[in-house]
Amino acid sequence: MRVLLIVVFALFAFPGFAVEPNEIIADEGLEARARVISKGLRCPVCQNESIDESSASLAADLRMLVRERLIAGDSDEEVFDFVVRRYGEFVLLAPSTSGANIVLWIAAPAMLWIGLMFGIFFIRSRSKFAGHKQDRPLDSSEKAELEKILNR
Amino acid sequence: MITEIGHFALTLTFFVALLQSTVPLIGAHINHYGLMAFARLAAVTQFFLLTGSFCALIHAFVTSDFTLRLVVLNSHSLKPMLYKVSGTWGNHEGSMLLWVLILSLFGACAAWFGQNLTDSFRARALAVQGAIGFAFISFILFTSNPFERMAYPPFDGQDLNPLLQDPGLAFHPPFLYLGYVGLSMAFSFAVAALIEGRVDAAWARWVRPWTLAAWIFLTIGIALGSWWAYYELGWGGFWFWDPVENASFMPWLLTIALLHSAIVVEKRESLKSWTILLAILAFGFSLIGTFIVRSGVLTSVHAFANDPDRGQVILGILAFFVGGALTLYAIRAPKMQSQGVFSIESRETALILNNILLAVSAFVVFVGTIWPLVAEMMFDRKLSVGPPFFNLAFTPLMIVLGIILPVGAILPWKRGKVGRSISKLRGAFVAALAFAGLAWAMQSGKSLQAPVGLFLGTWLVFGAVTDLLSRIGKSWGFLRLCRLPRADWGKSLAHSGLGVTMFAIAGMMAWSQEDIRVVMPDDNWSVGQFDLTLTDVRAVRGPNYQANVADIILSQNGATITMLNPEKRFYTVAKMPTTEAGIDYRLFRDVYIVLGDRQDNGGWTVRTYIKPLASWIWAGAMIMALGGLLSLSDRRLRLGAGIGRPDPITKVTPAE
Repeated sequence: MRVLLIVVFALFAFPGFAVEPNEIIADEGLEARARVISKGLRCPVCQNESIDESSASLAADLRMLVRERLIAGDSDEEVFDFVVRRYGEFVLLAPSTSGANIVLWIAAPAMLWIGLMFGIFFIRSRSKFAGHKQDRPLDSSEKAELEKILNR
Repeated sequence: MITEIGHFALTLTFFVALLQSTVPLIGAHINHYGLMAFARLAAVTQFFLLTGSFCALIHAFVTSDFTLRLVVLNSHSLKPMLYKVSGTWGNHEGSMLLWVLILSLFGACAAWFGQNLTDSFRARALAVQGAIGFAFISFILFTSNPFERMAYPPFDGQDLNPLLQDPGLAFHPPFLYLGYVGLSMAFSFAVAALIEGRVDAAWARWVRPWTLAAWIFLTIGIALGSWWAYYELGWGGFWFWDPVENASFMPWLLTIALLHSAIVVEKRESLKSWTILLAILAFGFSLIGTFIVRSGVLTSVHAFANDPDRGQVILGILAFFVGGALTLYAIRAPKMQSQGVFSIESRETALILNNILLAVSAFVVFVGTIWPLVAEMMFDRKLSVGPPFFNLAFTPLMIVLGIILPVGAILPWKRGKVGRSISKLRGAFVAALAFAGLAWAMQSGKSLQAPVGLFLGTWLVFGAVTDLLSRIGKSWGFLRLCRLPRADWGKSLAHSGLGVTMFAIAGMMAWSQEDIRVVMPDDNWSVGQFDLTLTDVRAVRGPNYQANVADIILSQNGATITMLNPEKRFYTVAKMPTTEAGIDYRLFRDVYIVLGDRQDNGGWTVRTYIKPLASWIWAGAMIMALGGLLSLSDRRLRLGAGIGRPDPITKVTPAE
């Protein structure tokens, strides 16, 4: 399946360079924040790469945009909002929790809770019998089987 | 001519599979031995026919037969021989043929090595196997025929995608398919058991070796793919949470759950219907993976699936098999009563927890993978679900799994004491705390990533060792350790493999270093504790590409370690550039260098990464696979074990 993944990369982003040396800004604190933000933004023209990884020219433009906003004094949130306003929520690699997306975010905890409830119910039903020493009596077909073996 | 024979063999298999999916079922129903025995003949015939068909396709690629459309689209006369062969399955049609070939291989193996199955059960399982084969062979013949000819053959082909021209292509897809398709055996066995209405310890013992084999292949396949992406894609990532990767990860998680619940069925006659459900779902997810990859609905546009009709056909096949099996399950499952009873503190409880955690993690991956599709179809929102989501939703489940695993593995069956098991693990706990403390002290930031990962890794490895030692009792002896059943060794190895992988992922993610710069020839630079010098960039001509190759000397404290040669290639036929990273693999770290473009001032862009513990990520996966292999070779599960030995009951002589 990796084959396909690679095909995807091959079609939409020539492998090679993501962040170019000339994009890096001098302020190390801002640069570090820019890298973190870039990893959370999806390149709109590539299939499944963050702008930090992509070498498409749009991704490079977006990396510069993120850095410009940071230099202008935006907070991380403001940078994300700015990019989302321009390109839509498609660019967010961590989807927001707004509207129906809440289903996505609570799916895991909800499923875990349901699973645990079922598990506890089953374990308790099994362990209730554990105290009883006597086993289930044989049914008629099992008795016949036993007879057959004993009489061999 | 050979191509026509291959095409004919494929068409013939279509009919053989059709017969295999019906005749044995009738035979099993009316209890006719001859009709049931037909299943074995058909399964073996199918395998030989498909082998012939696949060899014919390889022959067409090797001889560069450009009258075949598939060869034109995916090969070139100048391509190296290795990639001519592996290029056979580097495309949709060829890989589908490999898929059904492996399916028939499993069917044939069940026919050859399934002597310990009852006649009716084997006939039914092989019939289900035949039905899956029939569905996919029709899919190939009617929508993606690899043997299609060109009316006007060109002089040369369009070459294989350069990224696929790598030894990885020779091994990664076949292993992955062996895993994916191997799960069809668990599915067929589950459906056969539902038809017969009987699931017992014997069934669990039959299904286990097939599932274990599929899981081993899947593990190796995923690890190979991850390593391939690491060295080929050129930025040192090893897992991207891409839909295509998730497609292989979901069946892997469910197969682990299935392997563990089948143990409960075998040893304790409990969890029967849940195990059957897992067997159906594991293969169901493998089919969903096939759908995701080949329909193109999720990655929207990509090379394997530019034809949406194919996606619909696969969806139909998926709906038929999983829907059918689940309907049968709904009818029959209530009859499968659990027999074994156990107290709350017992191995059974721990394994149920294991199953809940694994099933929920597979569910999380599934929801995250299809959510963009659901959001677009139902809420008209175009959105992405990427690594930040998966890291947040998936990792906690794995952490909990890692914490309870050593305790559960050491708890006795039926009735145990958690307190006593934990006290056995004191040593492992102290060691794990020590490693976590070390990680905490070594790093400058306040990140919990490394300490938690190192704690879990150490806890799992030492927990597995404790488990193994506790099996031999008080008197420690090397011989006694060697005499333990191989299944015990396999269990401990597989669990410690998981620990090694967790340890390595945490270490690599927390301590990677990165450096990006423009370098002039003869420039020096240093990253972390390493010094690097670019001595030259040479132009090199390969068989079907041109390349710039850099000579970079890697040294530490003035002593030269090695010369690395990262390349930037340009494939002339496909008109595509690729990067070949220069990697110095060592036990505790990789130094990973990528060469970029030439700059206007005559310098070259060079990226340098230091990746601590990188090799251990895949080494851990290989240890897991080795554990599976050891467990598979255990006498208890060996195919045909016990056959030929006289029946102990008949040997009893009456007392005189």
